Amino acid sequence: MAKDKQHQLEIVTEPKFIDGSALKIPMLQILKEDGTLHKGAEAPKLDKELALKMFDTMQFIRILDERMIAAQRQGRISFYLSSLGEEAASIGSAAALDDGDMIMGQYREQGALAYRGFTVEQFMDQLFSNERDLGKGRQMPVHYGSAALNFMTIASPLATQIPQATGYAFGQKMDKTGNCTICYFGEGAASEGDFHAALNMAAVYKVPAIFFCRNNGYAISTPSQGEQYAGDGIAPRGVAYGMKTIRVDGNDILAVYQATQLARKLAVEEDEPVLIEGMSYRMAGHSTSDDPTGYRTREEEEEWRAKDPLARFQTYLIKKKWLTEKDAEEIFAEKKAAVLAALKKAEKVPAPHIDELINDVYDTPPKQLKEQLEQLKAHIRKYPEAYPKTASRIDGGEK
Amino acid sequence: MAKMNLLQAINSALDIAMAKSEKVYSFGEDTGSFGGVFRATSGLTEKYGRHRNFNTPLVEQGILGFANGLASQGSYAIAEIQFGDYIFPAFDQIVNESAKFRYRSGNEFNVGGLTIRTPYGGGIAGGHYHSQSPEAYFAHTPGLKIVMPRNPYMAKGLLLSAIFDPNPVLFMEPKRLYRASTGEVPEEEYTLELGKADVVREGKDLTIVAWGAQVEMAEKAADKAAEDGIDCEIIDLVSLLPWDAETVAKSVMKTGRLVVTQEAPLTSGFASEVAATIQDKCFLYLESPIARVCGLDTPYPLCHEKEYFVDHLKVYEAIKASMTY
Repeated sequence: MAKDKQHQLEIVTEPKFIDGSALKIPMLQILKEDGTLHKGAEAPKLDKELALKMFDTMQFIRILDERMIAAQRQGRISFYLSSLGEEAASIGSAAALDDGDMIMGQYREQGALAYRGFTVEQFMDQLFSNERDLGKGRQMPVHYGSAALNFMTIASPLATQIPQATGYAFGQKMDKTGNCTICYFGEGAASEGDFHAALNMAAVYKVPAIFFCRNNGYAISTPSQGEQYAGDGIAPRGVAYGMKTIRVDGNDILAVYQATQLARKLAVEEDEPVLIEGMSYRMAGHSTSDDPTGYRTREEEEEWRAKDPLARFQTYLIKKKWLTEKDAEEIFAEKKAAVLAALKKAEKVPAPHIDELINDVYDTPPKQLKEQLEQLKAHIRKYPEAYPKTASRIDGGEK
Repeated sequence: MAKMNLLQAINSALDIAMAKSEKVYSFGEDTGSFGGVFRATSGLTEKYGRHRNFNTPLVEQGILGFANGLASQGSYAIAEIQFGDYIFPAFDQIVNESAKFRYRSGNEFNVGGLTIRTPYGGGIAGGHYHSQSPEAYFAHTPGLKIVMPRNPYMAKGLLLSAIFDPNPVLFMEPKRLYRASTGEVPEEEYTLELGKADVVREGKDLTIVAWGAQVEMAEKAADKAAEDGIDCEIIDLVSLLPWDAETVAKSVMKTGRLVVTQEAPLTSGFASEVAATIQDKCFLYLESPIARVCGLDTPYPLCHEKEYFVDHLKVYEAIKASMTY
């Protein structure tokens, strides 16, 4: 066949358009919805200890999310974003990584952070914006971050972390760290220009990055199919950018774990960036600020409740005799008690001192900012009743 | 007349505009049948169909690029950016495209039918990314008009003017007041002039200039100053581009004192522009330095929002300092 030399293309003589639906990417599923293995499917190598750590983290995140939605309704915290129904996607993928790998999340990956070792107290300190919060109380709840755990601090603007993941992974490659970067985002964020820039650059530079799209069906109220995109979801875009790509059942923690484990190998050993699309469903609202009954049906939610990733994994573990119903109940009760205790403790911790207001704008506060702070403090001293959170401690005194 | 909150007034303006011309389109993230995260576009899909009021994919640069194209084709494009904090991916489309479309083509093409609606400002526990007041970035851009209403009556009349104004308009809505600000609003169509400041309260001792949600703080501060016998004149700038320097200058020539207040950080904010222009126009009339009462030069914090926020007490202190200079 004739070839175009410059572009190395095969030449055809018939005009033929490739259909937009020509590429249909299948979905890896190892565990069926009933928690049993597909016939012929091989579960990834997973020892009991690791499997139980994954389960433990799923239980913790489930109760944390449920409890904190309630705490927001009670007015104890200002806002919350839950990951209900999507626990397998973040926990299964985080479990397949090395602790030295960087995680860049969107804002629904508390599971990955918990798996890394963020404690229940650390979660609560951030949620209550108290003086023990690593982020110094500056951001809204759920904007976690920890340098010690290689978890980049969350920012609200969507998709900005995706090209940053490409850059971070480039640095890891140059430094020969043997680590990779995993970047999480939703199918809505994948509409942003930053997503496209990120994947193209990652493929061009061959960086050790894993782009993990949590396709949970909705961007706030906007359904994915037909309103967010017209094609076969996000996965084909990876192929178009020349990248290894796989689609998995995001509610099947074994499929997520296996795909991420293989992706990490490709990324770290062969400098191949990978796109993983995990198909899931956002069981709660986008945040505590919206009510999903306004844009979707109860029937649809029930359909997905039957695919619950936690129940599915629990059934698998029980069948494997690594867990009993009673164990599961006990773990849940223990997690619940820990969450409630940490919540009560964190809400009593005072807000960061007012001096923190001007720190970290730069490495050290410029003179002008120090003057602004002094003016503010003089003002607070004059009207202490108007600024109760900081006034009592303004000059280092006790609350 | 009907009692409306700011959201209802905006919704009413959109409804009237869409009824008036089939060439009016409204779109943005979640703005379809859901009505937007603040519900400003509620009911419009049901009334005018999914082809007139619709959801976009989640891409701000795309929303503004699409809106520029639609406006250049001769339609009225009303693009909602969910939060002012998320407008920056669209900065290129607004600053390099919307603002220069007419000028660069020698008026062969224009995007006069474009209106960008976006909620701005703090006071809602929104932290860094749901609280910013980014008007100054855009006020540095010739070719744009910028409007910031303070209450439902102003919002409706100004939005109707903005939609049919033959220039691209950035319409910044004070989200803190979306439900908090209510008032009597005509149900029918009416317009308010763009580029014209509004003297909210007359006074003889000192002039306060504010815009959008900050007018409320100016009013509260003026009330408190009145208890001390200080008679403040309050001017709502209404439009930042173009802005009505004459109305402000006339007032300052009368009072001899000026306090400008904005939510945004102090440095390079629009208050600085007002201060520079007024000292130029009123130099010999000034009894005290022009004061700017603004946010600190830090990102907008969550836990210290109350301290950071430019409240009426800070404005009041500036009034007193100016009076006793």
